[in-house]
Amino acid sequence: MGMTIAEKILQAHTDTPEFKQGDIIRVNVDVALANDITAPIAIHEFNKSALDRIADRSKVVFVLDHFTPNKDIASANQCKMVRDFAHEHDIVNLFDGGEVGVEHALLPEKGLVLPGDFIIGADSHTCTYGAMGAFATGVGSTDLAAAIITGQAWIKVPSTMKFTFVGELQPWVGGKDLILYLIGDIGVDGGLYHVLEIDGPAVSSLDLSNRLTMSNMAIEAGAKAGIIRADDKTDAYVRLRAKRPYTLYESDPDAQYVSFKEYDCANIEPQVAFPHLPENTRGISEVGEVRIDQVVIGSCTNGRIEDLRIAAEIMKGNRVARGMRCIVLPATPEIFIAAENEGLIKVFLESGAIVGPPTCGPCLGGHMGILARGEKALATTNRNFVGRMGDTQSEVYLCGPAIAAASALTGRISSPQEVM
Amino acid sequence: MIFKGNVFLFGDDIDTDAIIPARYLNTSDPDELKMHAMEDADPEFPSKVQKGDVIVAGKNFGCGSSREHAPIAIKASGVSCVIASSFARIFFRNSFNMGLPIFESDEASKEIREGDEIEVDASSGEIRDITTGKSYVARPIPPFMQDLIADGGLIEHIRKTGKI
Ligand code: SF4
Repeated sequence: MGMTIAEKILQAHTDTPEFKQGDIIRVNVDVALANDITAPIAIHEFNKSALDRIADRSKVVFVLDHFTPNKDIASANQCKMVRDFAHEHDIVNLFDGGEVGVEHALLPEKGLVLPGDFIIGADSHTCTYGAMGAFATGVGSTDLAAAIITGQAWIKVPSTMKFTFVGELQPWVGGKDLILYLIGDIGVDGGLYHVLEIDGPAVSSLDLSNRLTMSNMAIEAGAKAGIIRADDKTDAYVRLRAKRPYTLYESDPDAQYVSFKEYDCANIEPQVAFPHLPENTRGISEVGEVRIDQVVIGSCTNGRIEDLRIAAEIMKGNRVARGMRCIVLPATPEIFIAAENEGLIKVFLESGAIVGPPTCGPCLGGHMGILARGEKALATTNRNFVGRMGDTQSEVYLCGPAIAAASALTGRISSPQEVM
Repeated sequence: MIFKGNVFLFGDDIDTDAIIPARYLNTSDPDELKMHAMEDADPEFPSKVQKGDVIVAGKNFGCGSSREHAPIAIKASGVSCVIASSFARIFFRNSFNMGLPIFESDEASKEIREGDEIEVDASSGEIRDITTGKSYVARPIPPFMQDLIADGGLIEHIRKTGKI
């Protein structure tokens, strides 16, 4: 019987010779990731186990990206705990200080996650790496501690749902719009416990950055992973960065799927997700008049250089609306440097935007852009739950970089066509 | 093991930001986290909840982030178990890994009401609503996960067996 990419990756990482959907199997982990919020609990569990054994230190990655540069004393203590542990146990992949980037933008860039890998991360958006043809899934801190100790994780073998995007991409539509459209269609639990396999000519036409945006939000449909086949574009990106071998898998023609859906991009305009769930999506033409107080351009979803280029193209020579805070956070130092070299940082600053360091910052209501009661933000991030970016009476709308940039100029949710 | 307590009822898609808002994630101390458990869904929950009480919710409970602070906060608040029509997958595995009992039952989730007194038999998965007299059976827990609970969570399981 044919296999999906997900099944092939699981098979290559387990000692269980045969398995079927629903079985619980042990899987060898290529990368075990945690951040400054989840690593402290993992370290606590590690210490509690008193096993003092690390299966393979080169596979452990810590990124101190959430509440950094440290927003308060408690978060400084959390970072210190992770830093001390990393030093004590010789963990080389600790990203701290000026090396910090938002984890899911940073790891692909550093060549730490590769096609064919099985990756777990104590962060729900670990599914981002599915865009590189890897099986990557979010877990909790205890799972991570277990993987640090044993090099393995347990997983219930999932079934796969297939989504195919065909047709011509409409103006200003990118990966964010396609995935918001998909989530709007199947709902925030539409992919629960499943793998989403996303393909089709429209997805093949996207660059890796846009594909990473799509896989990033698989968890917003409840899915275990969001996998996109690694192709020549993936290979070209990875070849320059990989320091170990990798494998490009394809699903067999007779692989088993639990469902199939096809979307015609001719019908997909730029999308906006209304509060308070990512499934509350509308096409830009149906948004109506929504005034906003803050725009955030950044995060592991849309903080890459390709996103900043789109935003700068729209904002160049224009002014951010009066009373609006527009916060731009390049997701990694490499992206920040590229944006500086390409003159994008100047464009943002001259337009009246705030440019901050690579950090999760306001995405999860940590710092650097918290909302007051009654305020509304439009963000290129991935979640708009109640209180996500600040006060429980504030609201978050989600979109791609083009709508975000145009809206920063007008002060209300707008299409780029209005300002260009 | 039998759990007995009063019900706090919640709706669908209760996310981890509602269970424990990110503004409190600069600590992982259970005693601090419990003071904010469920706060953004019900601000009075931390002061009202009693030891043994049960959370009953709709579909996709615990969706959103991977933060283990969510099951930690619920457990530390004194809640004995959570019943929902379905759980988000990371919350589901976190609960077993750290030993918070959870039960999936669509019927129980739809019929049990706020404030009802209920009793849950962890081994059989039987849920009894003492207030209404009705009974429900939760979806069976896979053997591997029963082992995890019996061993006291994933790390204890590794200590005992030497592997996952
Ligand atoms: S940018 Fe937002 S979604 Fe991404 S890792 Fe940071 S907090 Fe999570």
